[in-house]
Amino acid sequence: MTTLSISPRHRAPSRAYHRRRRWAGPAFIGPFMAVFALVFLAPIGYSIYLSLYRDQLIGGTSFVGLDNYQRALEDAAFWSSVSRVGLFLAIQVPIMLFIALLVALALDSGRLYGKDFCRIAIFLPYAVPAVVAALMWGFMYGPRFGLVGSINDTLGTSLPNPLSPDWVLAAIGNIVTWEFVGYNMLIFYSALRVIPHSLYEAAELDGAGEWRVITAIKLPAIRGALVIATMFSIIGSFQLFNEPSILRSLAPNAINSDFTPNLLTYSLSFAGQQHNYAATVAIVMGVLTMIVAYVVQLRGMRKER
Amino acid sequence: MMTTARPFIRGAGLACVLLLGLTACGSSGGGASDGGASPDDVRAALAEGGEITVWAWEPTLEQVVEDFEAEYPNVKVNLVNAGVNTTEYTALQNAISAGSGVPDVVHIEYYALSQFAISDSLTDLTSMGAADLEGAYAPRPWAAVHQGEGIHGLPMDFGPIALYYNQDVFDEHGIEVPTTWQEYVEAGRALHEADPDVYIGADTGDAPLSTSMIWQAGGRPYTVEGTEVTVDFTDAGSTAFAETWQQLVDDDLLAPITAWSDEWYQGLNDGSIATLVMGAWMPPNLESGVPDGAGSWRVAPAPQWEEGANASAEMGGSSLAIPSASDNKELAYAFLDYALAGDGVQTRVDAGAFPAATAILDSEEFLATEFAYFGGQRANEIFAESAANIREDWSWLPYQAYANSIFNDTVGQAYVSHTTFAEGLAAWQAESIEYGGQQGFDVRD
Repeated sequence: MTTLSISPRHRAPSRAYHRRRRWAGPAFIGPFMAVFALVFLAPIGYSIYLSLYRDQLIGGTSFVGLDNYQRALEDAAFWSSVSRVGLFLAIQVPIMLFIALLVALALDSGRLYGKDFCRIAIFLPYAVPAVVAALMWGFMYGPRFGLVGSINDTLGTSLPNPLSPDWVLAAIGNIVTWEFVGYNMLIFYSALRVIPHSLYEAAELDGAGEWRVITAIKLPAIRGALVIATMFSIIGSFQLFNEPSILRSLAPNAINSDFTPNLLTYSLSFAGQQHNYAATVAIVMGVLTMIVAYVVQLRGMRKER
Repeated sequence: MMTTARPFIRGAGLACVLLLGLTACGSSGGGASDGGASPDDVRAALAEGGEITVWAWEPTLEQVVEDFEAEYPNVKVNLVNAGVNTTEYTALQNAISAGSGVPDVVHIEYYALSQFAISDSLTDLTSMGAADLEGAYAPRPWAAVHQGEGIHGLPMDFGPIALYYNQDVFDEHGIEVPTTWQEYVEAGRALHEADPDVYIGADTGDAPLSTSMIWQAGGRPYTVEGTEVTVDFTDAGSTAFAETWQQLVDDDLLAPITAWSDEWYQGLNDGSIATLVMGAWMPPNLESGVPDGAGSWRVAPAPQWEEGANASAEMGGSSLAIPSASDNKELAYAFLDYALAGDGVQTRVDAGAFPAATAILDSEEFLATEFAYFGGQRANEIFAESAANIREDWSWLPYQAYANSIFNDTVGQAYVSHTTFAEGLAAWQAESIEYGGQQGFDVRD
């Protein structure tokens, strides 16, 4: 009786232990996986599903296989929007990252007067929502009653209209730079702060100047941060949407409905009710962004070795 | 890795199945009913009471809903602002596709009505009592709610065009108010020469304005016969518009300011934009947005394309309709009838709306209303005359919302580049035809 009563009691914890062990891992990541599946995988899956169909005003929904993908690859509007963000990326991102790096190095040098104020002041625009920033800049860009108009009136200058087709991409670049210099500065600055001081002391003993310290110690040490910031910026450029869509109400002829890939997707799905094709464009664009970001990351990491 | 991968795939699969299930039942949701109710059913529903949901952005409906509920205490009306025009249409389209959350009454502009009617998403109101309302509305809005045989909504308001102008600016420079579009161009030139900061108008390319002008000029770019559609911007009316606007833009007579922007309101307030061509619904907007213009602004008939003519057209205007998926069509119709044919009309007029109902349009009291903003002018007389002179036979594309969304990509280029208006219209035509083809219409030029 006693022996019988002991043995199950002895075995029970062991079984429970095994059961716990088997389920402990999944139980911990379960909530994450559920949310991940619901808000990340399901929409992607649904978009892929949508992209295989075509819904017409006349004729309803039909399965079209990969027709939408073929259409996207041959769509001049899509490729012109891609090349526009490509151009934007090639010019705006280097400028923005260079300024951010310059500011980060200045802050890190410890020779800046009012360092904390500068850091906050430069970071502050990042705290302004993109929509508000675009509205604010849109007002300043106004060629008649805005800041640009006032400058022209008061000083008798003839600044070009930032909302004209020739200048609007640069005007958007200016807004995005204003918004994100502080954010990138912070990434670079925090990377600079963790460089061991012993390296600087060694450099000083070797007689290295400020410039040599920057090129030989600081820049190589924050290469990882540079790669990360570049990737974020590439993804951000490909996703360009808020700024052009807000300025579009002020410059409807300069910013077309297919100005950027995201604006094209938006126009297709909300003005044209072409949800299926919009989903296709979004997926093609997502794949393109992944490829470019991956290539940049590979190159960045290779250099590091 | 294996243990995490399995539930993860299962979870994703389940989510997809759920989503696919939703869309699958969605596609069978729409187009279920074809009305069938009679005026007796409507009266019975009103006596029994119930609850309906109304999607509308028209502000004067708030009071109408209150009055309606006071008169029929058994009925509860949920007035929801589901967004303005395209935002609401998107929400409605989504609700119809999903097969749930469809309102009982929905606010739809005339140009967008056919898009929903053609897919059988709206109830035919003919048998419910709408057929008896022939003559209760001005001809044009009444024609606009017809799609084929059916009546797919009741007219709420409409926008016969008029010229709004700043009398003080004209007086200051000794310029007469134009009565033809050629005079309009000349007045613009004279104004701009007298003061380079003053423009006769502001325009950066606006589809509703351009289509209104073409309509008034007698152009008929769109013809719709079921699913057979033609798009042709080469007729005389369209050409007249293209040539006149070409002069205005070539000589920089239009301020490059987009309507409804902050700069636009500033320009209207400080007198640097001297005129506006808008629908009869504009006065409340002027009062709230251009307070400095009170007493300076006046209304005149829109300039004519031929001297001595009195042609008019529409700009804007909307209806209330009942989606096919509504569960409470009888009660919904009772509300439509009250708001747009019954006591609600006067309530809305008192709040500043321009109605489509002839009983009001023809009433002495309505015509005699003096607008303090327009220096005591009886503006409704001019609007009512314009309403009576709207040219007939105009059709919208069954996908006008999309066509309007690409207006600035095409015609809009004439405002900012060396593209001409004729080329811009040709591009608009080509893209509208291409889209129609993709949507299953038989489109020709």
